[in-house]
Amino acid sequence: MELILAIGIGVLAGSGVFLLLRPRTFQVIVGLSLISYAVNLFIFSMGRIRLNAAPVLNPAANDPALYTDPVPQALVLTAIVIGFAMTALFLVVLLASRGFTGTDHVDGRER
Amino acid sequence: MSSEVLLTVLIVLPFLSSLVAGSLPANARNAEVWLAGAVALIGLAITISFYPDVTGGEVVRYEIPWLPSAGLNLIIRMDGFAWIFSMLITGIGFLVVLYARYYMSPKDPVPRFFAFFLAFMGAMLGVVTSGNIIQLVVFWELTSVTSFLLIGYWYHNANARDGARMALTVTAIGGLALLVAMLLVGHVIGSYDLEAVLASGNTLREHPLYTTILILMLLGAFTKSAQFPFQFWLPRAMAAPTPVSAYLHSATMVKAGVFLLVRFWPVMAGTDQWFWIVSSAGLITLVMGAYAAIFQQDLKGLLAYSTISHLGLITTLLGMGTPLAAVAAIFHIVNHATFKASLFMAAGIIDHETGTRDLRRLSGLFKYMPFTGTLAIIASAAMAGVPLLNGFISKEMFFTETAIRNPNMFANLALPIGAIVAGIFSVAYALRFVYGVFFGPQPTDLEKVPHEPPSLMRIPIEVLVLICLIVGIIPGIAIGPYLATAVVAVLGQDTPHYSLSIWHGFNLPLLMSIGALIGGVILYIMLRPYLALGLEGPPLMRRLVGQRIFERILVTISWKWAKTVERWAGTRRLQPQLFLLVLICVVTAWFALRPGFEPVKLQLGGWDPGFVILWMVGIFCAIAAAHQAKYHRLASLILMSGAGLVTCMTFVWFSAPDLAVTQLLVEIVTTVLILLGLRWLPKRFQKGDTDHTALRTKLRRYRDIVLGVFAGGGVAALSYAIMTRTAVPDGISRFFLERAYTEGGGTNVINVMLVDFRGFDTFGEIAVLGVVAITVFALLRRFRPAADSVEKPEQQRIQNAYDDLRPNRQSGDTVNEYLMIPSVIMQWMFPVIIVLSAYIFLRGHDLPGGGFAAGITMSIGFILQYMAGGTRWVEDRLRILPVKWIGTGLLIALATGLGAWVFGYPFLTMAFQYADLAIIGKVPMATALFFDLGVFVLVVGATVLILIALAHQSVRSPKAARSTVLPTHAVEPPPEPALETTAVETPALEIPGGAS
Repeated sequence: MELILAIGIGVLAGSGVFLLLRPRTFQVIVGLSLISYAVNLFIFSMGRIRLNAAPVLNPAANDPALYTDPVPQALVLTAIVIGFAMTALFLVVLLASRGFTGTDHVDGRER
Repeated sequence: MSSEVLLTVLIVLPFLSSLVAGSLPANARNAEVWLAGAVALIGLAITISFYPDVTGGEVVRYEIPWLPSAGLNLIIRMDGFAWIFSMLITGIGFLVVLYARYYMSPKDPVPRFFAFFLAFMGAMLGVVTSGNIIQLVVFWELTSVTSFLLIGYWYHNANARDGARMALTVTAIGGLALLVAMLLVGHVIGSYDLEAVLASGNTLREHPLYTTILILMLLGAFTKSAQFPFQFWLPRAMAAPTPVSAYLHSATMVKAGVFLLVRFWPVMAGTDQWFWIVSSAGLITLVMGAYAAIFQQDLKGLLAYSTISHLGLITTLLGMGTPLAAVAAIFHIVNHATFKASLFMAAGIIDHETGTRDLRRLSGLFKYMPFTGTLAIIASAAMAGVPLLNGFISKEMFFTETAIRNPNMFANLALPIGAIVAGIFSVAYALRFVYGVFFGPQPTDLEKVPHEPPSLMRIPIEVLVLICLIVGIIPGIAIGPYLATAVVAVLGQDTPHYSLSIWHGFNLPLLMSIGALIGGVILYIMLRPYLALGLEGPPLMRRLVGQRIFERILVTISWKWAKTVERWAGTRRLQPQLFLLVLICVVTAWFALRPGFEPVKLQLGGWDPGFVILWMVGIFCAIAAAHQAKYHRLASLILMSGAGLVTCMTFVWFSAPDLAVTQLLVEIVTTVLILLGLRWLPKRFQKGDTDHTALRTKLRRYRDIVLGVFAGGGVAALSYAIMTRTAVPDGISRFFLERAYTEGGGTNVINVMLVDFRGFDTFGEIAVLGVVAITVFALLRRFRPAADSVEKPEQQRIQNAYDDLRPNRQSGDTVNEYLMIPSVIMQWMFPVIIVLSAYIFLRGHDLPGGGFAAGITMSIGFILQYMAGGTRWVEDRLRILPVKWIGTGLLIALATGLGAWVFGYPFLTMAFQYADLAIIGKVPMATALFFDLGVFVLVVGATVLILIALAHQSVRSPKAARSTVLPTHAVEPPPEPALETTAVETPALEIPGGAS
């Protein structure tokens, strides 16, 4: 399971990096989204992946070993939100830049 | 009042009143003066009231814990030495305020002046009363900044701007060096508390880092006190208004450097390094400053060089390292402040009444302003060290110290010779000041007939000159006890016996004084023919201008080197920058991780086929999205969302329902937002890579694929290596798992962490979201689409053409009838979604859900309405004012956090309780719920604002968008978008997102 997830993260990150280096703004925004998925999964995997562990506490059973690791999950939750804000902002910058420069090249001019 | 309150008032009051002063109307000159004067007087009264508490080496301390674990507490500490400085700062501050009332012209914007002035007063009081050495540096830099603002007060004047910039560059760089010195001191001693530092002189002096610390500390002190080789900024700072020169650049701020030297004298002085560096820098400054002062043509320039020279005298005294010399230094700090401030004020009056400060144009003014003349003459005499004035006593102490036989050859010869030469020079420039301005022939080319200033403007000078006289005649009574207080505070048990009387019999120092006086007179008479030539700058040193060197260095660093670096490493293009960034990341990660990478054993097998298929889909989606992103944006977007869904299902698979819910909801909103944006991107058609320019493009593409493979492979290897290791059993997770229910009152650990344990993080996060939403809105208000995107989308044009061809249809009918039945369902779903969102919100503390997920759900409800009814339909009916929602949400979250303070807990402490409600049953009532409510309200506001701003673009008129004069009302604020002026020209309906 770990290997599959690791390969998945790697492919997401690799595709994202490739897109990040492309000349068109839309490619970059897709690339950034893919990188966010990869990074979120990467942070999440730092807590080790566990099948069928309880994410919600049962006050009666107070053994930490029974539950998933909440720390990476809380971090990823924040990361998802910030990623959303980043995508929205980048999208608008992209549109504004396209309007101002007349091109969707990331350098602001066609080569 | 307790001493704690008084000390706090002393520091905080100037800063608070600075804010008040800055917000008064521009012509409120008198109100400003009353305010600033009152602040200075209150400060003076507080300082005086502390006198009984600080005599005999007593210290008053007030410690406010801030970061006790890092040794950083705010400590306000008043001892005898800080006391005498506080007296100078508040006392002279008051006199300067009074003087500035008449000096500043009614046309000058006084609120700015007094706001900076008061802020400086607070910063300077902060420097002298800091009981923590880091705190001292902070206030120190604040004085640099306020000094910058005050020098540049007349910012329309290029000299003022340059002078201000130079002063800030020099003193702030010194301040940074000082910060490093203080950090090193803290490292050596283990405490930033001044008390602890003063108690560990031996540790410090014997530490290998001593020389480093000393040099860094001296960099701070020398730049601030304009010591050689950093003296050049002070004459340039004379572009400031004269009250500023009198206050900052003679009496207080430039004294901060020598203040520091005195403060650390007990722990740093007494070594060879100290003696050589400090006394030689001081001696050079003393002689050079006095020499340059003689030849200045600007009145304030003469005083500035004289200040440099006197500061050099104080530094030389401190460099000698004997307790008696330190006493003389402290005494001279006070004396110099009194006579030099009064001289600056006199120079300001002369400037004010004659319109010039040029010594070549001034002469014979005594007839016109006898009072001011008399005062200036007495003050100049004090500066020259004439008997019966305060300057004489401290100068004689200086001569006494230099004349002491010393086994050291340098000390034996250079010090007394330098002292007497500087004495001669100082008499000569004092004579030049007095004789050149007040005596001699009638002034000829003055703009106006000079006369005495308003009597109130003279009062500050009168007070200061009176002090010069009293201290000069009866020093033992007038200053003795206060000086003793300051000296004991610095020297403690080492306080030597000293005598403050004016007559010590015929001895060497007296002869040196007399020699300097006679020599000075002769020198002045000899130099008169040369001075009459009116040449600019001192002979022999004309070419050696520190300022020019400084500027050359500045140009080299900030222009030439910057250019070179830009040429080599800079690029205006994003694509190569991103490539370099990623490359550096990959390479550094490789080098950092390579040594720690044990060979990992591959665990094959045990795979769930479902998961394998899931990720096969995910991998396909990711690669296909990358492949299609250039020519098939919609397909790429759908594939990207596919990868997002796989991510989301992975979260479900590995027991993270909260993440899955949030990821899914965010995925929906993101996709819709990007869909809305697609319409404004240019059309692009795939064509074969045939022409030869494609070779470079191809090579770049392969290069990027290689880099992408390395980056992805690295991340994969890293995550695999970590996932296959066993977790640290006692990580911090245990803490949260054990306390989430007992202390946070919720069973959903993730949510409890977000709203309770890490509430501050979440607070920052929603603030970011709000900022982003408002930025998006602001950017799109002035949005101008590219020319080729202005036309209606091709799809709509075809549909309209179809409508036009048929007699029974009107243009736009097809667009209207689009999604007819689904749109009714979507409208019906709206209340259902609101209830769902409320449900997700309320269960959040105990089950997956929460404010963020609920907020996004709610905004998805709005998105559906946009899809069903179209932009215009929704905007007509929208009852949400997104900007207000953002503000309200943030305020609710903040208020919940602040509520904890009312009960005496730290910010954002949450409380919880179970409430028994009728019918519903037992409901957990944590204050975290209110916090989560704030999150919910903000998220709804922010998401809806972004959505409206983007969707609204589609109803904008092509005509309005194309016009060259961009109408600011082209996009109204979303709350009332229906007011758009060009509404008639736009199509009745458009389906957002369907336009790509």
